[in-house]
Amino acid sequence: MFDRRFLAHFDWVLLLLVLALLGIGILGVYSATYGGGRHLSPLAIRQLSWAGLGVVGMVIAFAVDYRQFERLGYLFYGLTLVFLLMVPVLGSFGGGARRWINLGVFSLQPSELAKISLLLVLARYFHRVILPQGYGIRELLYPGLLVALPAGLVLAEPNLGTATILGLLFLTIIFTAGVRLSSLTFLGIAAGGVLPLLWRHMKPYQKQRILSFLHPDADPLGTGYHMIQSKITIGSGMFWGKGFLQGTQNRLDFLPEKHTDFIFAVLAEEWGFIGICILFLLYGALLARLLVIAWKARDRFGSLVAVGGAAIVFWQLLINIGMNIGILPVVGVPLPLLSYGGSSLLTMMITMGLALNVSTRRFLF
Amino acid sequence: MRESRSALLGLQDPAPPSYARLSVLGLLILLTLLLLIFRLWQLQGIEGERFRALSENNRLRLKRTPPLRGIIYDREMRVLVDNRPAFNVVLVPEDVGDVKATLSTLSGYLTENTLFSGDSPPRDPRRPPYQGIVLAKDVSRDALVAVEAHQMEIPGVSVEVSSKRLYPPDGFAAHLLGYVGEVNSREMDRFPSYRLGDFIGKFGIEKRWEKKLRGQGGGQQIEVDASGQRLRVLGEAEATAGQSLVLTLNADLQQKAEAALQDKEGAIVVLEVHTGEVLALVSHPTFDPNLFARGIRSDEWRSLIEDPLRPLNDRAIQGQYPPGSTFKVMMAAAALEKKVLTPSTRFHCSGGLQFGSHFFHCWKKGGHGSLDLQQAIAHSCDVYFYQVGQRLGIQGIAEYARLFGLGTPLGIELDHEASGLIPDAGWKRRTLGSAWLSGETLSVVIGQGYVTATPLQMAVVAATVANGGTVYRPHLVKRTLGANGETIEENSPEVIRETKIDPRVLQLVRDGMHDVVNSKTGTGRKAQLPDILVAGKTGTSQVISGTRGKGKILPRQYRDHAWFIAFAPADAPEVAMACLIEHAGAGGGQVAAPVARDVLDMYFNITRSDRHRKSDVR
Repeated sequence: MFDRRFLAHFDWVLLLLVLALLGIGILGVYSATYGGGRHLSPLAIRQLSWAGLGVVGMVIAFAVDYRQFERLGYLFYGLTLVFLLMVPVLGSFGGGARRWINLGVFSLQPSELAKISLLLVLARYFHRVILPQGYGIRELLYPGLLVALPAGLVLAEPNLGTATILGLLFLTIIFTAGVRLSSLTFLGIAAGGVLPLLWRHMKPYQKQRILSFLHPDADPLGTGYHMIQSKITIGSGMFWGKGFLQGTQNRLDFLPEKHTDFIFAVLAEEWGFIGICILFLLYGALLARLLVIAWKARDRFGSLVAVGGAAIVFWQLLINIGMNIGILPVVGVPLPLLSYGGSSLLTMMITMGLALNVSTRRFLF
Repeated sequence: MRESRSALLGLQDPAPPSYARLSVLGLLILLTLLLLIFRLWQLQGIEGERFRALSENNRLRLKRTPPLRGIIYDREMRVLVDNRPAFNVVLVPEDVGDVKATLSTLSGYLTENTLFSGDSPPRDPRRPPYQGIVLAKDVSRDALVAVEAHQMEIPGVSVEVSSKRLYPPDGFAAHLLGYVGEVNSREMDRFPSYRLGDFIGKFGIEKRWEKKLRGQGGGQQIEVDASGQRLRVLGEAEATAGQSLVLTLNADLQQKAEAALQDKEGAIVVLEVHTGEVLALVSHPTFDPNLFARGIRSDEWRSLIEDPLRPLNDRAIQGQYPPGSTFKVMMAAAALEKKVLTPSTRFHCSGGLQFGSHFFHCWKKGGHGSLDLQQAIAHSCDVYFYQVGQRLGIQGIAEYARLFGLGTPLGIELDHEASGLIPDAGWKRRTLGSAWLSGETLSVVIGQGYVTATPLQMAVVAATVANGGTVYRPHLVKRTLGANGETIEENSPEVIRETKIDPRVLQLVRDGMHDVVNSKTGTGRKAQLPDILVAGKTGTSQVISGTRGKGKILPRQYRDHAWFIAFAPADAPEVAMACLIEHAGAGGGQVAAPVARDVLDMYFNITRSDRHRKSDVR
């Protein structure tokens, strides 16, 4: 199984980009949870160990021939659904919702795993069902069901952010796989019809977040607080930033959720516009690399896996930064590879491992 | 067959995705990233300065430390106005779970009413988070102890110390000291350094000397975290206490003078003859400035405003009364200076004088017979002064009255001083639109008609006669003191003008005033002291004409005012005074002279420690 070509064709670029972003994320979490002194905060240590675990996950996702994952896709998918069903029963609370299940040493967010499982089964479906004239609504019913099951369970947690990502992942994959544009338009209109229904079933805090996105100044001490403080945090970094560990908004706790959903603002405050440009270059290069992998992939499954990986990174990036800079409402979506949070980090690393897998194995068979 | 790169390469069925769609996806991602970067440039580049300032605002709080207000002493360094600690109960809404429950628990400890009730405090958009809201001001000691003791049961409620003004009891010198009150929006516009809830001088010395008394507020620049917890002090400016004032007032004399007016309405002004220093300045009835310092209630305010005796009115410098016969002092000097008569010029008084169609009475029904100027002063003969008035004319009268300081404010360091009125032909034309009638001159020369003066002005007249013709500006503040008691500013006597009246003329006037008190038939004999020669002049001013001597039959508002102006010792004057009894319904010699005697008696008790009193009873 270990071929010399393995090393020769290994995708060092992707690996280095992933590790660089991982490193930035750990610096950010370190700063966001810094309590003075020379010690790492417990949260920073945990993020480090999650990164270690993530690397292990990435290696596993890389080492096994990805075609095995095609076969195993439904097993993962089924397991994920079981976990998701366990959440309402065994799950623990956090942030007003039941999202975690305790696995002894650590707790896991099954909703994060759902991203990988969904990615695998969708890629498998579109790998096998090939329609040169493009997919219509009828062909989309089955993959639609595949996304609806986990997305519905995640939405019920409630976890609007992850459910949105699952939906967007689905859309990106069917778009690249070749859905007919007319069907896409139909889906768009249908989604528009469902939105008011969704609004009615939203929790009050979710509605409040959206309302305060539209009018952040209406309740500057309540829900609008996040948005206002986040913009102040980012803007006050100015061009050169306030310096590592020097962000006052960060250090004096004016920014809530700063090591998770608002890690971007912490980085922007301390490293300034110049630092953010570098961060964007890294993300841009990562996304470009994933698309190139998709382009060059040996088969349709591998290509769609890479596209899915790019989709998860891109949509999370957009939604997270969008809410940090106040152009999107506050929904809990982590910044890929950077935000504190084990499940999300593990998910990202596995996804990147799969992409590495696809990239390296395109010459191997 | 499907068109794909792999197919072209002859490999088996990989069927990769549409390259066109992948390109569209790549383009979408690129555009989105550019859009985000653009927005970030807006935030960090274009609006960066503003957000930087906002982030500084976030972490920096300015905590104001109010300055301690200056203390007011009398001339012997006895404290008249002091500061006392006041305890406010403060609530921090962010730290309170159930405001309603907290308030109801609190109401068990407080005897005072809280400033608001209900389940939420009033929303003030300008209040920074974690800033306390005052629940109850200046609570009692018992309430303070109760709140402190039950701290655990009412989280978010604390006690804050502030400083309140403490005025002497019984309205002592209230019109002069004045009072402070919470600053209003008009005052905040004028003095931008004041904040809502600050105290500012509203009346009297407190108002006029606000700048000196207040001092300089200090502040601490504190770094706080998001919960408002102070982390460290970044900068500090100490508050500078206000300057203290040493008044010219003598508290004992003031006390005695107030006591002398106890059951009367009126005013007493006592001046040092050679400096213009005010030794006592009394207006009665008085009020309690402490009501204002603690925040006056509307019912208390209404009862002060609606009191027919108008206790808020400062009769000593605001009250304008016809000076009556005390005016003759100046007229005698004017007559000699203008040489319209000589000291030996005699006129005959038969009880009145026919002038045109009108008969002008003398106060003494049977008349005084023949008298010279000194006797005319001693007996306050109206007919004699009618003659003087005819010879001086209204312009001559006005010139000399103004020379002595009448008709304009004297410029004492209080904002509410009135000017009084010295009428002349020009004034009448301007304000009433008619020509001066020569008959009116006869009213004015005996201090009736249009002429009015404040008790302060009449005291200055007495002082000017006594000191040989120098009009001093009456003043109240001797010096100001810094925080360590060092003198910062010394107020030396200020001369308004030298009257340049011939000393012999003033000597004759003083002799006349001596006789008023000391001759067997003088009108002011009740002002006599056993061991000190007092000189003075009585006055009885009519409120409406034709009522002279009708006494207390008339309704109060029509009764005569009683005047007495005096200086002593007559041969070497030190002190001058004016005493006015409003609507006394009796002559100055009857009512005002005894009051003046009591005050002068006290003055000499204070200044002559070796004074052996010949008798306490008269």
